[in-house]
Amino acid sequence: MQTFLKISIFAVIALLGYTLFANVGIPQVRPAPPPAEEETIGAMSMDQYIVLGKKIFEGKGTCTLCHNPVLGGRAPNLVNMHNTSEERLKDPRYKGKAKTGEEYLRESMMNPSAYVVAGFGKAWTNDTESPMPQISGPAVGLKPAEINAVIAHLQTKDGGKATVPLPTGADAAPAPAAAEAAAPPAPAKTAEEALGKYACGACHKIGAFAGAVGPDLTKIGAKRDESYLRRAILDPNADIAQGFPAGVMPQDFGNKMTAKELEMLVKFLKAQKG
Amino acid sequence: MGSFLKRRFIKRQAVVTAFIFTLLLFVPILSHLIASAPDTINASAAFAAEKKEAVESPAAKKEEKSKVEYPPAPKLKEKDYPRIKSMNSRISVWILAQIHLFFAAFVLAVPIFVLVIEGVGKATGDERYDHMAHEFIKVSMTAFSLTATSGGILVFMLIAFYPDFMKYLASVFGSVMIIYAMLFLAESIFLYIYYYGWDNMRYGFRKWVHLTLGLMLNVSGMTIMVLGNSLATFMMAPSGVDASGVFTGHVWEAIRGPLWNALNLHRFIANIAYGGSVVGAYAAYKFLSAKSKEERAHYDWMGYTANIIAISALLPLPFAGYWLTAEIYAYSQTMGITLMGGAFAWLFITQAVLIGALFLSANYYLWCGMERIKGSERYTKYVKYIAAVIVICFLVWFTPHSLIKTPIEEKAIGTHHSLLGPLGLMPAKNSAVNIMILFTFLSFTLYKRSSKITTAAWAKSGVAAEIAIFAVGIVNIIALGIYSYMVTSNIKVGMSVPQVFTTLSIIIAISIIESRMFKNAKSTGDIEWGKMPARSQYALLLLAVSFTWLMGLMGYVRSAIRQHWHVNSIMRDSSPDAFTPTIGYAANVVSISTILFMLLVIFVFWLAQFAAKKQEA
Ligand code: HEC
Ligand code: HEC
Ligand code: HEM
Repeated sequence: MQTFLKISIFAVIALLGYTLFANVGIPQVRPAPPPAEEETIGAMSMDQYIVLGKKIFEGKGTCTLCHNPVLGGRAPNLVNMHNTSEERLKDPRYKGKAKTGEEYLRESMMNPSAYVVAGFGKAWTNDTESPMPQISGPAVGLKPAEINAVIAHLQTKDGGKATVPLPTGADAAPAPAAAEAAAPPAPAKTAEEALGKYACGACHKIGAFAGAVGPDLTKIGAKRDESYLRRAILDPNADIAQGFPAGVMPQDFGNKMTAKELEMLVKFLKAQKG
Repeated sequence: MGSFLKRRFIKRQAVVTAFIFTLLLFVPILSHLIASAPDTINASAAFAAEKKEAVESPAAKKEEKSKVEYPPAPKLKEKDYPRIKSMNSRISVWILAQIHLFFAAFVLAVPIFVLVIEGVGKATGDERYDHMAHEFIKVSMTAFSLTATSGGILVFMLIAFYPDFMKYLASVFGSVMIIYAMLFLAESIFLYIYYYGWDNMRYGFRKWVHLTLGLMLNVSGMTIMVLGNSLATFMMAPSGVDASGVFTGHVWEAIRGPLWNALNLHRFIANIAYGGSVVGAYAAYKFLSAKSKEERAHYDWMGYTANIIAISALLPLPFAGYWLTAEIYAYSQTMGITLMGGAFAWLFITQAVLIGALFLSANYYLWCGMERIKGSERYTKYVKYIAAVIVICFLVWFTPHSLIKTPIEEKAIGTHHSLLGPLGLMPAKNSAVNIMILFTFLSFTLYKRSSKITTAAWAKSGVAAEIAIFAVGIVNIIALGIYSYMVTSNIKVGMSVPQVFTTLSIIIAISIIESRMFKNAKSTGDIEWGKMPARSQYALLLLAVSFTWLMGLMGYVRSAIRQHWHVNSIMRDSSPDAFTPTIGYAANVVSISTILFMLLVIFVFWLAQFAAKKQEA
């Protein structure tokens, strides 16, 4: 009996050790939540569209899994794509159907093997087969409007111009969204509505949104006072939240928001204490 | 007399059970016959009709008739998942599946080495082997019923919580599921006869019958395993279905998916190592609680054999693991990177800790084992160097190489280690694993040598050759590792192949030299079985606990890289549990499963002891 107790205690201690290590010995990386099944893309401005493209590029599109300068070597780094895309068409190896840079980028996603960047093909295929998944296929499943958003992001991120058509909101379910975009947008009635209207949730975790480009705002009220929050919205580059890039958060909310919307948002954020 | 009657009774019971099971085996055959009977009649009627009208060939008509329309994979909503109050569907299924796997892996593995040991006993005529084989299989008998029970509960839970998924899976794998169940019956029949017929079929021709039964037992067990694996690999990398999940009707295509063989091999080897380690823990417990010297000697020997089995399977395991990973990459680079470079990068650090614990405890046990051998003093002085090398290799393997998936994770992980950066990269890890394996092999070689003195005239040059082979091999592995840093990542992955080849060549070459050199060796005296410090037995226990836990952890990651899919890219998991949990969360579930598993095992042994006491009285 004593032996039995001893070895039981030994086994439990070993197990506890492993469990502890897995819980506190390594950082707990929370894998991205499953992408939303049907995201409707309403009408929006090109700036918003580009922001959406970046968000898809880093999230749902899974692109940064491979196209990631930190990791290197797995896939081309996708810099200067507005120029690169044009150059690819002139490559004698190019056998695809694209005629413009925009079409090239779309083809790269819809049919990755149409042109394989030298040195990045699957092993032993002599660069005829791309390891990149078909982005419109079931595994990633981006819709045409989402692919266009990513193209807009790729074209503009290093200084090019977006050539993709804006989403009409035709694939958005509620028709009013499209109608609203044509007329000057009505002022939001509540703070939650304003969050949606200015797409804060695309970048921030706040309310029902779970964006991750910018800081989590669910506890912001505990840390910051109202004047800081007001400035953070009107002039984002005045203070840069630690660990986040400057210049990502749109600079023009001051021109777009009504004073009432701004005050509602500030109050709302101040009330977010976790 | 009483006990004799009792034995007779048990035997009769076994025969009756076997008979009923055999009858059950005919169920699918009969059902097929019955179902096809009217078909045959119809076909001949149609044939008669056609003879008059001469329209179509009867064969074509029949084919059209028997063509089944398969459904596409359903698109589920959250409400399609039944909820049971106060029960979390995924955790319940997860824990049960894990416990079922623990038992199943054990029950699959034990007959493999029991058969081998029995064969060795037959070949050498040494009765002790036969006894030990018999005792091993006794341990797995009780586990067998728990395998069946946990499997049954698991199936019911799956149907209760994931009915639409199970329905879809059955539309593709229905026939496999039925064969699986039937094979399980066959396996139980063979196991019962094999176990209960052990003494009866002990000698002469009957022994051959018995060995054949053991072979059949293993054949059915292996088939069950590979069929079960096909479901798991189908969920990860579906084949035999089109993009919307409609089954092509060729079940072999669905079974033989791109990951199937790699998983089969890895699980097969891992199961043997795992089975060996659990039997080792059993022997350790018996050793520690033994009252007599004979008992201690017996269980020492049993633990030693179990440990040898575990180590022999442990050595090739990393290679099988890398093959599996390579196949995952080849199937989908996204999945491969998710596995090795995404959110799970830290899981492999945890795995490294566990594997380090496995290698160190296995080696430690061998080193302790030298104490029972006269003549081992010649080699004990090397132990500390071997230990140092293994620890260094372990540290290299353990060095994290943070690979990042998204900016969010980047923040959570931090960037590369600035100082140890290169050591955290794959080439260094590959080299470390290979060296760790080679030094474990070295421990084992020294252990075997301890009790022998060579009489070969060329012994000096033999040892020199061995040292040369070993040294050149290690240098080669390290050089290949360093060279890997200078090439692109495509080729880098390929560099592990010559490394593995080097390791295997060294092991084979030295084994051959050793066996020649010690062919007619003088013995330094008997091995004093039972002369083993108690702490060595704790190494055996740690081996079993680590193995069990590691198996749960790796099962989790295999499943988790599918992310939010039931069947990767074909059938989405829309339940509230579709999120991928953190490693800590997974570790907690695995620990709970392990503890439940250990409690069940203890309960079973307690029952067995209880029954044995009753019988004695
Ligand atoms: C599994 C890894 C992987 C993922 C995920 C991935 N790619 Fe790629 N991608 C590659 C590889 C490898 C190449 C180079 C081979 C080729 O040209 O197809 C490539 C090439 C490209 C190219 C052409 C680059 C050039 O220089 O011509 C573009 C554009 C591109 N990817 C965009 C994307 C976008 C957008 C996403 C996410 C929606 C994405 N990729 C996801 C691996 C990946
Ligand atoms: C394109 C992505 C994006 C959008 C859209 C966006 N933000 Fe931000 N936001 C950021 C980033 C990145 C930062 C951190 C860098 C900085 O401080 O400028 C940030 C910082 C902030 C901060 C400061 C947080 C701190 O801890 O200092 C506040 C407050 C904030 N945002 C509010 C909002 C509100 C309200 C909206 C909607 C009206 C919004 N943001 C829309 C990206 C965005
Ligand atoms: C000494 C080295 C290793 C040991 C001891 C080990 C052990 C195990 C064990 C016990 C299992 C569970 C088997 C089962 O399901 O029955 C497993 C599964 C797995 N291993 Fe390994 N492994 C090793 C090396 C590796 C390596 C190097 C990799 C990849 C880099 C790897 C990847 C996997 C994966 C993906 C699974 C999941 C398969 C599954 O359970 O369905 N293994 N491993």
